[in-house]
Amino acid sequence: MATDIEVLLVEDDLGDVELMKESLKMSKLYINIVHVRDGQECMEYLRRTGKYETVKTPDLVLLDLNMPRKDGRQVLAEMKADKFLKDIPVVVLTTSHEVADISKTYGMGANHFVTKPIDFYQFNEIVNEIAQFWFTVVKLPDGKKGEAA
Amino acid sequence: MLLEGIEILIVEDDLGDVELIRESLKMSKLKMVLNHVPDGQECMEYLRMQGQYKAAKKPDLVLLDLNLPKKDGRQVLAEMKTDPLFKRIPVVILTTSDNEADINKTYALGANCFVTKPVDFPQIKKIVNEIAEFWFTVVKLPAGK
Repeated sequence: MATDIEVLLVEDDLGDVELMKESLKMSKLYINIVHVRDGQECMEYLRRTGKYETVKTPDLVLLDLNMPRKDGRQVLAEMKADKFLKDIPVVVLTTSHEVADISKTYGMGANHFVTKPIDFYQFNEIVNEIAQFWFTVVKLPDGKKGEAA
Repeated sequence: MLLEGIEILIVEDDLGDVELIRESLKMSKLKMVLNHVPDGQECMEYLRMQGQYKAAKKPDLVLLDLNLPKKDGRQVLAEMKTDPLFKRIPVVILTTSDNEADINKTYALGANCFVTKPVDFPQIKKIVNEIAEFWFTVVKLPAGK
């Protein structure tokens, strides 16, 4: 049963989105990546409103913190307070390595906090480690697990 | 980067499994301090530094079994994740269960990730080391460790 894993990238930096897509392409897993540019679109996507009426619930959200319109901290707070969305795992992936951000986002229910490296090779490595861990080691809600492509 | 040892609290009633986890982590190159409590009630006493745990350090990561005597893992998780003092401590559920209801419920209660314990030692070793590697080299922990 080869079900694709749906990853929702919430990221305003389109360069970073490209890097993540490139990095995940090299992973040996079936991953379907969808992208929204800010926190407001993320909530529309998750609640299937507006242009997102027919989307699937993601298996994992990769969430940036600093974004226009609605920032990642607020998205996290809204997701974790919503009984329909709170069991979706959220990996915070951000350039921030502020101790206050790390501590605060864990307190809000982030599953993991990962600092985005600046260099491409490290970036690539870290994105793949996240994918490997979440999709081969961990059990996702609804019993999904990654499958090798 | 990691000068201080990372404190891990293993909450597990099966002493055989505790040994397997300890053996697995011995081979890791990371500096870790493993502490163990046998049930959920002792886990809460440890976290609250009560009774015999007055000198306990706050763990950097909790490896939590679900089916435990006295107080089970689901209840420990619910108590931890609603307590302002403990809700930031990452909790990895490590259990033999792969029941979908357990998986969904523990994520909703705030588990950081859910891992099914394999049955044979080489697999356990592999999975425990993958958890340690990921948490302690990729992820940033709350204390900035």
